Amino acid sequence: MTVLPRLLFGDNQFFGVNHMSEERARAQAMRFATTSSMIEVLGAAYDEGIKAFMCTTHERIAEICQHVREHPRQFADFQFYPCMPYGVKYANAVTEHGIIGALKRFLPQEGAFGALVKGGFAVATRDVKGLGELLIDAEMKMFEGLSTPVIFLQNLVTDLLLGLGMHEGLRIFAEHVRCRYRAEPGFITMNLPRCLDVLEALGLDNPVVCANINKAGFRMCGGIGTYERAIATRRFQPIAMSVMASGAIPPREALEYVCAQPGIRSIVFGASSRANIRETRALVQELSRRAPRVAEAVAA
Amino acid sequence: MRTDPIRVALIGLGKMGLSHLAIVNTHPEARLVAVCDSASYVTEVLSRYTGLKAYGDYRRMLDEVRPDAVLVATPPGTHAAIVQAALERNSHVYCEKPLCTDAAESRRLANLAQAKGLVNQVGYHYRFVAAFQEAKRLLDAGVIGPIHHFRAEAYGPVVVRPAGATWRTSRAAGGGCLYDYACHAIDMVHYLVGRPQGVAGTVLNRMFSEEAEDEVYATLLYGDGKTGQLAANWSDDSLRKMALRVTLWGANGRIYADRQEVQLYLRKPVAEARGLVPGWNVRYTTALTPPVWFYLRGEEYSAQLDHFIQCARRGSPDTLCSFRAGAEADEVAAMLVKNAAGAPLDAPFPVRERVPFSTALEP
Repeated sequence: MTVLPRLLFGDNQFFGVNHMSEERARAQAMRFATTSSMIEVLGAAYDEGIKAFMCTTHERIAEICQHVREHPRQFADFQFYPCMPYGVKYANAVTEHGIIGALKRFLPQEGAFGALVKGGFAVATRDVKGLGELLIDAEMKMFEGLSTPVIFLQNLVTDLLLGLGMHEGLRIFAEHVRCRYRAEPGFITMNLPRCLDVLEALGLDNPVVCANINKAGFRMCGGIGTYERAIATRRFQPIAMSVMASGAIPPREALEYVCAQPGIRSIVFGASSRANIRETRALVQELSRRAPRVAEAVAA
Repeated sequence: MRTDPIRVALIGLGKMGLSHLAIVNTHPEARLVAVCDSASYVTEVLSRYTGLKAYGDYRRMLDEVRPDAVLVATPPGTHAAIVQAALERNSHVYCEKPLCTDAAESRRLANLAQAKGLVNQVGYHYRFVAAFQEAKRLLDAGVIGPIHHFRAEAYGPVVVRPAGATWRTSRAAGGGCLYDYACHAIDMVHYLVGRPQGVAGTVLNRMFSEEAEDEVYATLLYGDGKTGQLAANWSDDSLRKMALRVTLWGANGRIYADRQEVQLYLRKPVAEARGLVPGWNVRYTTALTPPVWFYLRGEEYSAQLDHFIQCARRGSPDTLCSFRAGAEADEVAAMLVKNAAGAPLDAPFPVRERVPFSTALEP
């Protein structure tokens, strides 16, 4: 089993994602207009001891991957935690080409099976498993030769499959990630309690699940109390994201809440400067040390 | 109030349809009983993996399943016939926007739904975004006084290169920037300040699309002298996804709202608005948005379907975004098309000579 690091570095800030303000999102997109500006911040995170990068499969991540491959000493032991797919890419393709057209665009065209795909064979035979595996492989191409201990399914897909009741899709993802990439499957969700129920029913033991966990209860479907109980009592490896609710909660208050829950393995956070990275790391270290054992209290 | 679940059928399994399916499927007071799409690939995969009953012919589905409520998420050019068939069979109907490509059809369907007392709703989901609801609350409370001007804008990256022809890039089929983007801005204007009586200076320009416009600009005119500007451009890839923004200027200040936040500038304090200070007041979606039972891609998508289901349970046809509202948006869209083609204004509009700053806010 992969031991998750306490802190993972996220990539929302690189791509102008901010759930609170369009202005902030745009300012961040401008700040990170070049790939080198992203690499500089990743380097700062690395220097501060944060060597795990949880990232989407945005095409610009491929450039970061290339840089890390070319600079093995600068980024020794650096790990990627890919989150797939980059939803906007697929949503735009579906808008432009329809569902079948979009599938064909993202599937590999080379090789014998690729030719069958191109000819519509996998589509025509309704081979969902085969299609799913090909799509995962297409997304993973950019990480070739790099360490990817956990591979995540993005919340848009996890939650769509949960909603549709196509739970088999979650199993296909988990099995392929384990077999082909020797990696732990991870699931990002906005519906933690429902997701845990389904993963348990599928027999996926002690899964890595990343969800919004914040003091404000922002985007925690099922309610903050249900989340706290699940973290304290259920068998899974929680990664907290959106701990500051895109800036709505001040850092210390936000991290105090998360660090006080011993069930939370990891925290994913984004930052745009070395100073912010250092501050967050120091706060998490300080607060994790003196965290009261609230799990029992919550469970009771 | 009904206590058993509302039996829902869904027609159209594109991007919006799949999203609605996932949301309704998890709703505690609804039961999805059948889906329908002309693409057999999607329906076969769905029924194989979920056990859902799937149809290729919506009339057959409506006749066999007799759903309490129907969600229509097919391309807009097909809405009129499908919605009519569902209403005739006494189903409540939620229909994606725009309601119809012919505003007269929209009006007819609104009248039919009303005559039959059926719940009817159009998918203008921005009405369910907490920040816009907060803007509406502030406007209705009169905190910035009478509005004299507004600007409603919609930008995003749908068509950013010459693209293959789908329904989305054909005005005749209900595509184009006017129906896809500008309609959201028009409906938001209707929601916040009401329907304009006239339009002027409409521009429908093409950049990439062959059979539809890529940008829409117009001035909206009101009988009381109020004016508004409308701007929509679906070829703006400086944004990750669609952004709808509204700015309103009133006698006592200004309100700006988008999906994430409401920024209110108050000139003078007002009694109606406790807790607001003169100058800037900002509230973010993180604090404004009520939780939903299931989140897929924005609370508003869940909230609008919950609203529809609750109205169906109560049997109350007055939804927050009725077919009548859908027809009004379609009528203004038709006015824009006519105006862009060179039609003169129907009547001269009064121009307000002076904004009554001092009189509007006196108690």
